[in-house]
Amino acid sequence: MTNLSINIKDEQQKALDMIKSQGLRVLVCSGTGCIANGSLKVIEKFRELGANVSTLTDYDKMTIVPTGCHGFCEQGVLVLIPDLDVTYVKVHVEDVEEIYHSHVVEGKPVERLLYVDPNTQQPVYKNEEINFYAKQTRTALANCGHINAESLDEAISARGYEALAKVLEAGNPDAVIQEVLDSGLRGRGGAGFSTGLKWKFTAANRGGKSYVVCNGDEGDPGAFMDRSVMEGDPHKLIEGMAIAAFAIGADEGYIYVRAEYPLAIKRLRKAIADATERNYLGKNIMGTEFSFDLHIKEGAGAFVCGEESALIASIEGERGMPRPKPPFPANKGLFGRPTLINNVETLANIPVIILNGAEWFSSLGTETAKGTKTFALTGEVNNTGLIEVPMNTTLRQIIYDIGGGIRNGKKFKAAQIGGPSGGCLTEEHLDLTLDYDSLAKAGAMVGSGGLVIMNEDTCIVEVARFFMNFTQYESCGKCAPCREGTKNMLRILEKIVKGKGEMEDLDRLEELAHTVRNSALCGLGKTAPNPVLSTLKYFRDEYIAHIKDKKCPAGVCTAFKKFEIDPEKCKGCSKCARNCPVGAISGELKSPYTIDQNKCIKCGACIDNCPFKAIEKK
Amino acid sequence: MSERSSNLDFKVLDEILETYEYKKSYLIAMLQKVQEVYNYLPEDAMTYLGEKIDGVSPATVYGVATFYAQFSLEPKGKYVIKLCDGTACHVRGSMPVLDAVRKKLGLTNDKSTTDDGMFSLETVSCLGACGLAPVVVINETVYPKMTPDAIEIALESIIKQEKEA
Repeated sequence: MTNLSINIKDEQQKALDMIKSQGLRVLVCSGTGCIANGSLKVIEKFRELGANVSTLTDYDKMTIVPTGCHGFCEQGVLVLIPDLDVTYVKVHVEDVEEIYHSHVVEGKPVERLLYVDPNTQQPVYKNEEINFYAKQTRTALANCGHINAESLDEAISARGYEALAKVLEAGNPDAVIQEVLDSGLRGRGGAGFSTGLKWKFTAANRGGKSYVVCNGDEGDPGAFMDRSVMEGDPHKLIEGMAIAAFAIGADEGYIYVRAEYPLAIKRLRKAIADATERNYLGKNIMGTEFSFDLHIKEGAGAFVCGEESALIASIEGERGMPRPKPPFPANKGLFGRPTLINNVETLANIPVIILNGAEWFSSLGTETAKGTKTFALTGEVNNTGLIEVPMNTTLRQIIYDIGGGIRNGKKFKAAQIGGPSGGCLTEEHLDLTLDYDSLAKAGAMVGSGGLVIMNEDTCIVEVARFFMNFTQYESCGKCAPCREGTKNMLRILEKIVKGKGEMEDLDRLEELAHTVRNSALCGLGKTAPNPVLSTLKYFRDEYIAHIKDKKCPAGVCTAFKKFEIDPEKCKGCSKCARNCPVGAISGELKSPYTIDQNKCIKCGACIDNCPFKAIEKK
Repeated sequence: MSERSSNLDFKVLDEILETYEYKKSYLIAMLQKVQEVYNYLPEDAMTYLGEKIDGVSPATVYGVATFYAQFSLEPKGKYVIKLCDGTACHVRGSMPVLDAVRKKLGLTNDKSTTDDGMFSLETVSCLGACGLAPVVVINETVYPKMTPDAIEIALESIIKQEKEA
């Protein structure tokens, strides 16, 4: 046992007293999403009204708390008033006065600003009864939206740094690693490797200089859980890193954040400065022998930097290109030293595991996938946003219970999971639990947790093209299979969506996909063919429809659309013919014109120029 | 650095080099600062950094600058329009918004900055605001749930504001 210079329980009490002294707390989401919807103006208006405290009955004052992301971005601006546990949605600056007079002063919630359940059409008062939140289990995201993300005291009031104090007091790094191993936590960034083992391998090189690196280069389009943690609860990430550093014997760390997340960078910088000032970071933390300095490195826009060896190259100031493994970072990583790299969400789980114990954590989830996972639920569901659920939750529960079903009563077609490295799931997978192993069996992967729901109006072939376009663009070019393979797969997919595909293309596509998967240097290349392979597996008919029938069943691909002039509406002005770049439109003045379908390149110039709206795209 | 025919202020570059202690591992951060000052990476500035930083050549600087999407070797417009084409935005119709911007500003796939230097258009793969798809960011302002009409109105108001200024 080591004596600490800080009594964390006392600090917690002080922080709780401070929060109590704030009077009535009004939590206003100021995550990226809500700021876009005008939350800063809402905060300003509340503050203006709050200056007049004498009108409050139950409290002597009101405090406006800007928080991190609540996850329910679509309903922003979100305002949570914990005294009655009421969440207001879609709050505009014009609504603030009413909330103030009715709720704050008179204690009566404003019904018209409550969330309306899409199934029952009834307003929902309590935050935890909103269907979106009711079925979630929030651990990594527990504090996001409930504390002031820029206040160290608020983090401490929510048990921040208690886990760090616990491990420093016990003073046994190996016991920490054992706890993480026992918890069954696996990496939340993509591959799902055992976190405890990674720590153990790095710790085997204790003695010299080593590093802890946090991968905050959340590049998967459609995923924003790491952004939410960094913006909403930065101290939890910092605490997780400090615990990791203590366990593996590192004294320096880096958080690599993508440049597209300026707010996350700003809040992390403040959090690091505050934590260092109060001795939760820096030299001799809490009066012990343990020191840990933390820096931020901003990315500069390269998806491949999410791959750990490319990320290391980027921190060193080089082109972010992957390096062959072995040597693994655990042995030879940043600046040639042993390095532990974990993703943001993985590290945010660490303090919770230390506080609640490995047994508690491993009671959640499935046999091989423990704990909870965040998913960025987007696309054609009613409730889009960031969710966190135990790993034994099924796709159906996520779409229908949390997501509130498909928008506009349309039919579910597919779910794309794991971003450009993942695969798609169909109706037959609705009762599949979204854990590492069942997804791998279905040809998909958890990845970082992007979950895009698609309805009958989405063209699967176009989606496959979209992802291939992305990976091809982001391929760093170092290894030939990925550089050339993605380019040729993209070429074939483009050919198919343009209506020029041949049946042999499907075989070529499959062969290329397998070659790239087996021979690319890094994870980006190895997983790039996944969207192609899984869509070919589950939606082959749709590919065939594009090739053989020259049809896009979802009606998306323009190449299969016909532009036609309605003779009833056409006045024969000749404007379309004059604007057609390929001379496909002909006719006589003052009588209806026609389009030669063989010449038409479907550019749409005629539609844009017709003064009578006589041209239709069918 | 003897004779150099450039209108760059090398004092600014020296300050940036000082801040990051001439360290190679901070090359990306230095380039970000240079871009903050000039709005792009002038060739002379890259050469200068390459000559000043130990263990780095001008070619290395150029290699790093061209690797990352954030860096531009051409001057950018006063307003940089970042159109998100991440999965969520794509599924919810980011492409028609892109077409609307191009049409409004007379830009194409190959031409990303307007002749008057007012607007630059770029697509980015995800801004992490997927709940508000499709999203457009103009300089620092986020425009949520865009449609072709809505973006046209937004651009129109910027153009009007510029004319009045």
